[in-house]
Amino acid sequence: MTTPRTDRSRWYWLLLIPVAIPLATPLFNAVEPSVFGIPLFYWLQLAFIVLGVTTTTVVYRMTRRGR
Amino acid sequence: MTTEIVIFTVLFLLVSGVGFVAARWRRADDLASLNEWGLGGRSFGSWITWFLVGGDLYTAYTFVAVPALLFGAGAMGFFAVPYTVVVYPLVMLVLIRLWSVSHVHGLVTPADFVRARFGSPTLALLVAITGIVATMPYIALQLVGIEAVLKTMGVTGDLPLIIAFAILAAYTYQSGLRAPALIAFVKDSLIYVVILAAIIYIPAKLGGWETILAQAQAKFEATPSPGDGILLNANNQIQYVTLALGSALALFLYPHSVTGVLASRDRNVIKRNMSALPAYSFLLGMIALLGYMAIAAGVTPIGKDSNTVVPLLFDKMFPDWFAGVAFAAVGIGALVPAAIMSIAAANLFTRNIYREYLRRDATDAQEARVSKITSLVVKVGAVLCILLIDPQFSIDLQLIGGVIILQTLPAVALGLFTRWFHRAGLIAGWIAGMGAGLWMLYNISSPTHAHFAGSGFPLEQLGLDTKVTVYAGFLALIVNLVVAVLGTLLARALKAADGPDATRPDDYTADRDDPRVHEREISGSA
Repeated sequence: MTTPRTDRSRWYWLLLIPVAIPLATPLFNAVEPSVFGIPLFYWLQLAFIVLGVTTTTVVYRMTRRGR
Repeated sequence: MTTEIVIFTVLFLLVSGVGFVAARWRRADDLASLNEWGLGGRSFGSWITWFLVGGDLYTAYTFVAVPALLFGAGAMGFFAVPYTVVVYPLVMLVLIRLWSVSHVHGLVTPADFVRARFGSPTLALLVAITGIVATMPYIALQLVGIEAVLKTMGVTGDLPLIIAFAILAAYTYQSGLRAPALIAFVKDSLIYVVILAAIIYIPAKLGGWETILAQAQAKFEATPSPGDGILLNANNQIQYVTLALGSALALFLYPHSVTGVLASRDRNVIKRNMSALPAYSFLLGMIALLGYMAIAAGVTPIGKDSNTVVPLLFDKMFPDWFAGVAFAAVGIGALVPAAIMSIAAANLFTRNIYREYLRRDATDAQEARVSKITSLVVKVGAVLCILLIDPQFSIDLQLIGGVIILQTLPAVALGLFTRWFHRAGLIAGWIAGMGAGLWMLYNISSPTHAHFAGSGFPLEQLGLDTKVTVYAGFLALIVNLVVAVLGTLLARALKAADGPDATRPDDYTADRDDPRVHEREISGSA
């Protein structure tokens, strides 16, 4: 039962990274190091947005069809 | 005060005009089908989808309520950021598969999919009702966003709210999904301008972030409540994580999110948006921190309504004209999701109740007409909810909404990957998850509320010796999954009849250039 098109690709496993890391709160539930007076807890979680965007962009590019 | 009201009104009316004109935008030959009225012709590209889905998910209520949470409880309220970060990688695969199967089979709602996949009208009905019940209070809450702004401007009485919603109802009726798609451009541009100004201008005026955070910390230390603070504590960390994850899993089960996704042109549009939508999460994170700025600015909410803190902060810090722009951004921000939600709820009613149980041979035009009328009914219901019942009730209902919509996950999301579950198992799981979720929510109390006081369920109530709290929806989903698995095994053992699966494996990977998808676009029927 092979179909010409499939949603199986190793690249999709990458998506687990930006799901797992932002949920590991014990790693960053702290004030220091703070940036511009914003505690680690806040700025790092905002930085995870970049992690999410990077990962989804890579996965999109590597699994794109019809090139 | 007057300047604010004038600017608010002008912008609001301008946007309403755009809503009416939208019917002519990317004009279809005939708006009289759900594909056109309810899904904008299923033709939206990356940009439109970005604005539409962004405007749909990041609602006015979110923009008002999340900072209110930080204002009241601190770090816990910041869950909205990880929630909207993990959601996109989590659902990317789910959504592209849903898009494909929906295009091949002409499906409009998540319940349509369940009907086709599991051959069970009963299960589809449960999914449809869950969707409608979860969406209704969400629409009502958009009114809470407008109300908070009106209150701050000193506008009282119910009439302004009713007028705002009547205008919204009229252009949604006329233009369908095209209206919110077009308005979303204006709304998001306004919001971006306002928030960028706020995060640069306000902290500078308040003496910098360090001062703001110090004042927030001082406020939380002064309260007797153990759960607040600018960091999480040992007891609410698990709740923070489960709430973020549970909310992320729930987000794309909401019918209005599905509507936005199905309206896009192809799979690549969805994938690209999974990387572009987090731009809004950044905005949301900034907005969340407005809650702390409100503490530092010494804002006291109007009455006991903490949803007024952000409008009050704008009122206090910005010059009048800019506060007017900011209020308009929130007010218009309420219109986009309210329109999409009412369209989604109406589609559920039309496809999974009207067509399934009342009129099996309904034509496309009849479906569109029923949806248009239902969208009006839904909005009238939402207005009545806010005017006649205590708004707190809507907030409770919305809390419940998140928990109950999660109970459709096994059928909708897992169903996209596997046909292993038996329809009887899924129905049993839904009932169990629903019961467990409601029971837990009912038993969550606080000093001010005896029941429904939040979504953090204390494990103490299960007889465990701990102060840890966990998101009720997450626990309910576990109950649901366990029962669904056991029910499936039992149904198989008893050789209970399973429903037919109308889909094929390659339906889930079809793209726009697939001949079957193309056929569907031409015939346009279901």
